[in-house]
Amino acid sequence: MSTTKKFLYVNRKAPYGTIYALESLEVVLIGAAFEQDVSLAFIDDGVYELTKGQDTKDIGMKNFSPTYSALGDFDVSKIYIEKESLEARGLTLDDLLDLKYEDEDDDYAEKDSIHVVSRDELADIMDEQDVVLSF
Amino acid sequence: MALEVNGKTFETDEEGYLANLNEWEPDLANAMAKVDGAELTENHWQVINFLREYYEEYQIAPAVRVLTKAIGKKLGKDKGNSKYLYELFPYGPAKQACKYAGLPKPTGCV
Repeated sequence: MSTTKKFLYVNRKAPYGTIYALESLEVVLIGAAFEQDVSLAFIDDGVYELTKGQDTKDIGMKNFSPTYSALGDFDVSKIYIEKESLEARGLTLDDLLDLKYEDEDDDYAEKDSIHVVSRDELADIMDEQDVVLSF
Repeated sequence: MALEVNGKTFETDEEGYLANLNEWEPDLANAMAKVDGAELTENHWQVINFLREYYEEYQIAPAVRVLTKAIGKKLGKDKGNSKYLYELFPYGPAKQACKYAGLPKPTGCV
């Protein structure tokens, strides 16, 4: 039997302009195949990664935001958004993608993946992890 | 690399994946299968079409679990398993079916 570790991927950067956001998403998807306990955190400009209505037509980059909606299919269902970062940018939960997952233990009921948490709560979540990867 | 189908040339990468997703057409899938010594049946097409629809929506190929579940829903529970998918696509359902569907090689596939 293999041991399951708690992995937290921390996303801090705007989606385009650097490759961090896309690289993080790819690592998460690859890592999902290893059946670990995966969580994602979005802090600072990282909260922009999950905003609705992204349009990359004029910057010549692929809009990869639709892929976040597939995370539930990859058993990634714990997505934490830092409340302070969201508020500092004038954003609310309504500005973000509506990410869902199907709960296998609850007759495949659709549930929200996104949880808005305070900085203090997020610190506690980080504290519980075995591995924290920052992008 | 390139593949000639119906007088058109399709660029592929060194592993045979289509370079430009938008160029895809069904005859190309048939031609790719022929290269592998396979012939596409209705059962293959159900998988290929599902992959294309999923990619269109999420810009990524589905997790194998998602694929098996979807096929099980469409074709019945006895086919919603990896044994069935491997029979259709012996080189691996993700790799081989994505190639025929004109999608990039799936993330995380070696």
